[in-house]
Amino acid sequence: MRLRDISITAWIGMIGIALALICAVFAPLIAPYGETEVVGGVWQEADAQFFFGLDNLGRDILSRLIYGARTTLFVALAATVISFSLGILLSFIAAVSGGVIDTVFSRFNDLMMSIPTLIFALVVLAVLPQHLVVLILVMAILDSTRVYRLGRAVALDVAVMEFVEAARLRGEGTTWIIFREILPNTLSPLLAEFGLRFAFSILFLSTLSFLGLGIQPPTADWGGMVKENKDGIIFGISAALVPGSAIAALAVCVNLVVDWLLKRTSSLKGGRGDA
Amino acid sequence: MPETSSNLLTVRNLKIEATSYPPGEPPKRITIVDGVSFDLQKGRVLGLIGESGAGKSTIGLSALAYGRGGAEITGGEVILNGTNILALGKGGIRKVRGARVCYVAQSAAAAFNPAHRLGDQVIEASVKHGLMTKEEARKRALYLFRVLGLPNPETFGDRFPHQVSGGQLQRAMTAMALCPNPELIVFDEPTTALDVTTQIDVLAAIKHAIEETDTAALYITHDLAVVAQISDDIMVLRHGRTVEYGSVKQIIEAPTQDYTRALVNVRQTARQEASDQSKPLLKVDNVSAQYSNGFKVLHGVSLHLCKGQTLAIVGESGSGKSTLARVVTGLLPPSEGRITFDGKPLTPALKNRPREDLRRIQLIYQMADTAMNPRQTVRDIIGRPLAFYDGLRGAAKTARVKELLDQIEMGNGFIDRYPAELSGGQKQRVAIARALAARPELILCDEPTSALDPLVAEGILKLLMKLQEEQQLSYVFITHDIAIVRAIADSVAVMHRGRLVRFGPKSQALSPPFDDYTDLLLKSVPEMEIGWLERVLNTRRMESAGN
Repeated sequence: MRLRDISITAWIGMIGIALALICAVFAPLIAPYGETEVVGGVWQEADAQFFFGLDNLGRDILSRLIYGARTTLFVALAATVISFSLGILLSFIAAVSGGVIDTVFSRFNDLMMSIPTLIFALVVLAVLPQHLVVLILVMAILDSTRVYRLGRAVALDVAVMEFVEAARLRGEGTTWIIFREILPNTLSPLLAEFGLRFAFSILFLSTLSFLGLGIQPPTADWGGMVKENKDGIIFGISAALVPGSAIAALAVCVNLVVDWLLKRTSSLKGGRGDA
Repeated sequence: MPETSSNLLTVRNLKIEATSYPPGEPPKRITIVDGVSFDLQKGRVLGLIGESGAGKSTIGLSALAYGRGGAEITGGEVILNGTNILALGKGGIRKVRGARVCYVAQSAAAAFNPAHRLGDQVIEASVKHGLMTKEEARKRALYLFRVLGLPNPETFGDRFPHQVSGGQLQRAMTAMALCPNPELIVFDEPTTALDVTTQIDVLAAIKHAIEETDTAALYITHDLAVVAQISDDIMVLRHGRTVEYGSVKQIIEAPTQDYTRALVNVRQTARQEASDQSKPLLKVDNVSAQYSNGFKVLHGVSLHLCKGQTLAIVGESGSGKSTLARVVTGLLPPSEGRITFDGKPLTPALKNRPREDLRRIQLIYQMADTAMNPRQTVRDIIGRPLAFYDGLRGAAKTARVKELLDQIEMGNGFIDRYPAELSGGQKQRVAIARALAARPELILCDEPTSALDPLVAEGILKLLMKLQEEQQLSYVFITHDIAIVRAIADSVAVMHRGRLVRFGPKSQALSPPFDDYTDLLLKSVPEMEIGWLERVLNTRRMESAGN
């Protein structure tokens, strides 16, 4: 792959993601102030010293934004990757095996989906101990139901193709059929879904933080920052909009990259071209 | 061709181009049709014949001034009754399409809207163009249904597309094209997707309707025997250029070009049947099979095949011939009966079958496109059975893949290509190589040539026969083409509606006395002979009069 084959929009997306990653990794070095350090007055206006101003407790918003990238990115990415691995694995097993396994998996999935995600998450998180791993797992499992739906639908399309039958006739096991025959042919729609799901899990995390069940203060995360500063909006203070815009920008960047990946994989020779 | 001034359609120096987008390369212009000219008079039929990619459909559509899939008419003239229709604007061309020139597509099943009744779809164009009122159009449709020999013409129009058979649908589409009294009809392979026994009815109906309504027609097909029955003139096309253009008689009886001669003489290979057919390798004993919903697809089939020989299974679609192959492979375990392979009974279900048995029986599919993973290269496709059955790795595997590519007469340069970068014939060769890689003793060939052009198919058949010679392979060859059966089989099984109607050595199975079905099947195969259709229809008429 040559660098000039990468489209401009993909570059924009990649630069955005790289920026967020750099912030996340080198937060203590980049951030001008500490994560929880009170440096001035409540909701102090932006000036040369405080680029985005100060928040509801007088902490530097820019610094918290940089630290927040850490938790937000890590939790959202981990949750999405786990939900995808889980959803794809289960859905492909269901599609390839069919019969009882398919029915049991699919009906259980329906059962999970019939409970509103947010309420489910609230109940589970309220009962379970407050821990980052628990939070990630709950988000991943709830999200994997959506991935399962899509995965099963696309895998069924491919599972009836003759080359899969040919692999079965050769005596190949389920693992080979799932990872070598079906997965490469379903990558395009799944990648598109990955971009969407990642954006959604940032939003979901923000929602949970907003409701007080996500990342616990004083740890900074973007959704939590919106919550902390939401009251300022009434007084015309834009502090809440800064982390909000960061969430939007990251979601857009991820999708730009995914769109480009999608185009690339589906224009592969003989791929299931749909872009 | 009589050179008259009253040409209905004149095509002069037609040039059609398209832009192709090869992956990883800049887009380039390709010429699809170049310098094609012909004339067509009222009431006459011109057959356009050629392999896929010859540009025959593209030329046919140019009579409607239409370019499909980005094709653009960039040069020449298409003159319909004195007007150059290429020069007409969008409004002008709308008055031509569907009114003065109509089109009959290859797949009627895909061309009809499943949500509307046939009658409404048949008259739609005529009414929309304001050529007739709804009442008149219905009357005309009824008349056409009669002419085309459709059952219950009064109520035929009330049915939905899924309620009639493929052959009837194709005739309904012909009625749709004939309804507005067009000056010209373009038939684009109207019988290619049909069984031979159905094809003959549709051909007869189309021929009768053309004569009855005195319409001119362009008839596009890849089957020279079919076009010989229906057209007055033939144009042979290759790579978008005219190879030969003349009357049917001249093309069939005295072709001047090598390519035409090859088309006319295709399938002249014949195999002497093996004399000893007593030691079976595969024995199918009174096998019945049914789908999980209880629908019975095979009824007590018994047949056998000897080592190094070919058993041809013939029958129309739905006769159970592919199902029989699925039963042998274990994809559909039989509900009754047993299958013996090399003296030992075969485990009925695929998942319980030992790997060694799986290796010894291989299957080649009809559509090589879907039978190969589009994301794997030729190296992976052929290499996998080598790794799977023989545990070959690295250099040993590559060497063996190259050896197999040699055997299928393809160069090593193909090793890193994806299936989409291969032609139809090459794909089928790779599929054969994949089967060979398992070192099989029996190969089940499920219509491996029916999706291919005649000359390419001939190449595949020759390859299969060469491999049989060299490696003592046995084939079960499923086909609906009697000519192939004559060419390659040692023994023949004829199937009809899930039952075996005839089985024996080729010389016995294909010679009289016939049962009714085999007789019908053999007589329906178009022969490359002018007047064959009339002769068969006359015989039929006499037979039914005699009864």
